Amino acid sequence: MEYLLEALNVTKIFGTLKANDNVTLKVKPGEIHAFLGENGAGKSTLVKMIYGALQPTSGEFRWMGSPVTIANPAAARKLGIGMVFQHFSLFDALSVAENIALAMPGDFDMAKLSEKISRVSKDYGLPLEPTAIVADLSVGERQRIEIVRCLLQEPKLLIMDEPTAVLTPQEADQLFLTLGRLAREGCAVIYISHRLEEVKRLCHNATILRHGKVVANVDPTKETASSLAKLMVGGEIHVVRAARKDKGGAVRLKLEGLNLHADGPFAVELKNISLDVRAGEVVAIAGVAGNGQSEFFDAVSGERSLPRDAMLLIDGKPMGYHGVNARRNAGAAFVPEERLGHGAVPGFRLSENVILTRHSSDEALVKSGMMQKNGASGVSERVIKAFDVRKGKPDPEARALSGGNLQKFVVGRELDRKPGVLVVNQPTWGVDAGASATIRQAIIDLARQGSAVLVISQDLDEIFEVADRIAVISRGQLSEAYPSSELSAEKIGLLMAGEHETREMAHAARA
Amino acid sequence: MRLVLEKRAERSTRMALLSPLIAIVLTLVTGGIIFALRGLDPLAALYVYFIEPLTSSWSIEQLIVKATPLALIGAALGVSYLANVWNIGAEGQLTAGAIFGSIIPVYFPEMQTPLTLVLMLALGIIGGMAFGAIPAFLKNRFSANEILTSLMLVYVAQLILDWLVRGPWRDPQGYNFPKTISFTNWQTLPSFQVLPPSIGPLYVNLGAILAVLAAISLAFLMGRTLKGFELRVQGVAPRAGRFAGFSREKTVWFCFLLSGGLAGLAGICEVMSTVGQLQPGISPGYGFTAIIVAFLGRLNPIGALVAAFALAISYLGGESAQVALGISDKTARVFQGILLFYILACDSLILYRFKLIGLSAAPVESRA
Repeated sequence: MEYLLEALNVTKIFGTLKANDNVTLKVKPGEIHAFLGENGAGKSTLVKMIYGALQPTSGEFRWMGSPVTIANPAAARKLGIGMVFQHFSLFDALSVAENIALAMPGDFDMAKLSEKISRVSKDYGLPLEPTAIVADLSVGERQRIEIVRCLLQEPKLLIMDEPTAVLTPQEADQLFLTLGRLAREGCAVIYISHRLEEVKRLCHNATILRHGKVVANVDPTKETASSLAKLMVGGEIHVVRAARKDKGGAVRLKLEGLNLHADGPFAVELKNISLDVRAGEVVAIAGVAGNGQSEFFDAVSGERSLPRDAMLLIDGKPMGYHGVNARRNAGAAFVPEERLGHGAVPGFRLSENVILTRHSSDEALVKSGMMQKNGASGVSERVIKAFDVRKGKPDPEARALSGGNLQKFVVGRELDRKPGVLVVNQPTWGVDAGASATIRQAIIDLARQGSAVLVISQDLDEIFEVADRIAVISRGQLSEAYPSSELSAEKIGLLMAGEHETREMAHAARA
Repeated sequence: MRLVLEKRAERSTRMALLSPLIAIVLTLVTGGIIFALRGLDPLAALYVYFIEPLTSSWSIEQLIVKATPLALIGAALGVSYLANVWNIGAEGQLTAGAIFGSIIPVYFPEMQTPLTLVLMLALGIIGGMAFGAIPAFLKNRFSANEILTSLMLVYVAQLILDWLVRGPWRDPQGYNFPKTISFTNWQTLPSFQVLPPSIGPLYVNLGAILAVLAAISLAFLMGRTLKGFELRVQGVAPRAGRFAGFSREKTVWFCFLLSGGLAGLAGICEVMSTVGQLQPGISPGYGFTAIIVAFLGRLNPIGALVAAFALAISYLGGESAQVALGISDKTARVFQGILLFYILACDSLILYRFKLIGLSAAPVESRA
């Protein structure tokens, strides 16, 4: 048995879309095998077929040399295939052991299971307390539960879907050690990721997918990050150059002791956030998802108003009490994280979506309460041209655009106003490399023309690419903003883990 | 084996437009079957029900009379529903409008000037708006579900009306019948001849003209103005509406005042024309039927104008079926109910499709 899993000429068709087109790949035992590809390249479809959640339209899978039909995830688990999803399925109110017990087939003895969990988790360097309640655990610890859950079934193949997306760098390092050890013991790992450096460091083999087809199978250790990226995108990536300018423009966006209570049981309270963003600079806010980024965006954009007017100043004017349109009229522009349904109305045409954020600030779009369709089409065409938004029809509905093209449109719609202050949440989330580069460059260009730009992002590569200064948000508290040249990934990781919080608490204790 | 509704990848625009027609055809077929089960010749019965009302100019006048309140209310309800504000209580707002407008003839019976007409119409609108304001306030202040509050207030309005016409507002010369004095002259709506006698004289009252004007204005509001844009955004993408700086509370107020106002106008028009006085049972459920009108008209004000005629036929057909076939005029309600059922079914099938899932294929663990 040379190969553990083989996929031979596998094709999966959804309607008219070929999600996987004649894909052939082979995974050896003990190998960490990366699946690389942009969003929509077909990675998820492929692993879902391997895990039995989808059935191929044609082609076959072989498991240890003999053909198999993987009818459903239970069948996959029986073969020895385990999968850790990007989004966990855990019950918050139950303990670690109880959550794992729920996934175990047949009868079990709770005490024995807990003992086994402790042993396996210790063995693999994934410390877990079986009696801990899931609600109290960090995202990294929750991921460990999912991994241990798979390991207890002694898998021969473990599928990991973007496991590091939610982890701090330290947590990710720990995960790599575990995966390396698993591989040495003969377990194969299929590793899906966008992060090329990670793949280079960890993986023995990489299959690269583009538009549903396998375009290359390479040894990632012999490639560079940029050669891998080139294979993924199918062309040169435009490299963003953050031409530094000397600091010291006027402060255009100022947050001073910003507090905002949590508006729901799962929301994060913002605590005493202070930050200056100056003309000419890009300040980035890093942080692990769910640490208050969306609450912060709502507070800055004015979708939620603040308890004091002077908590937020735009060009020196207090705007804390003012709504989103007043802040726009004061020269600010905002791009939310979610494109469809927040930044744009899915069923509206692009020209109508221009009106969405610019109706109060743009004379050419609305005159005495009447929409000016010509004005709106004009702006829309200008944005489409400037940002090379690709589309099927002259003025399509927003939902008809691909993620990257819609993001270019949503960002372009604001940049077209030449705002003095731009706040962007996750500028290139789920966007392919080409569009990412365009958007990042445009953000930097705007700052160099004298605007203040605030970027909220969970992607550290992106942050280092665009930011002049970096602050980290953790549990609703913002660290000091450090010049990006002075920050290592290490230091950011510590801040993400809440280093600044404890220090503030220590201050408070001393005071 | 189980049956699930699965979302379709794409909506067919053609089917969205055809859906009301398919629903009407299915309603006719179902109606035919019901008639056949009652031992009637289905084709003859359907002819009496749906074709005869269109055969004389008198019937067409009647049709317009019935369509007027349906169009007035349905056009505004369509606007509200598009904005995701669910006013189900137009019947109550209609009643409130009729009561408010009747203040003038009841307390100032001697007042007989053109101003009387204007005041009565204005008070009708104000009454409907005031009554619509109650669920709007409850929604904004306490997040009370407007479907429930607006619906329950219908019965409040009807009981107030009942009390008024049996108590303080009863006509002293009315032989103890529960009704106010009869409205005369400027207390009633003027009629206009719109077709000459050579074609068959056709008269319509002021209410019908107001209904057409209201539908056109609302179509303009929705298509061209920022306000219409705001309402549409809030209906399909509330989060985007917030990002655009549109206030949800204002939208709730706007929709309830608009649909309440037009329902109130429809109510006062009814008592100023067809009914001629205030009494219990001023409306055969126009406020509820208008919900069907709104959906049959694709939540479009002009569409509501067309749909109002379709539903008006069901009222007239119910009356003629009672005379000609000897069946209860409640069949009108049955037809209206069947029609709404089919419209909603067609609309659901445009967005979703049925899928049979066997037990052999285990539930898909798709979490992507």
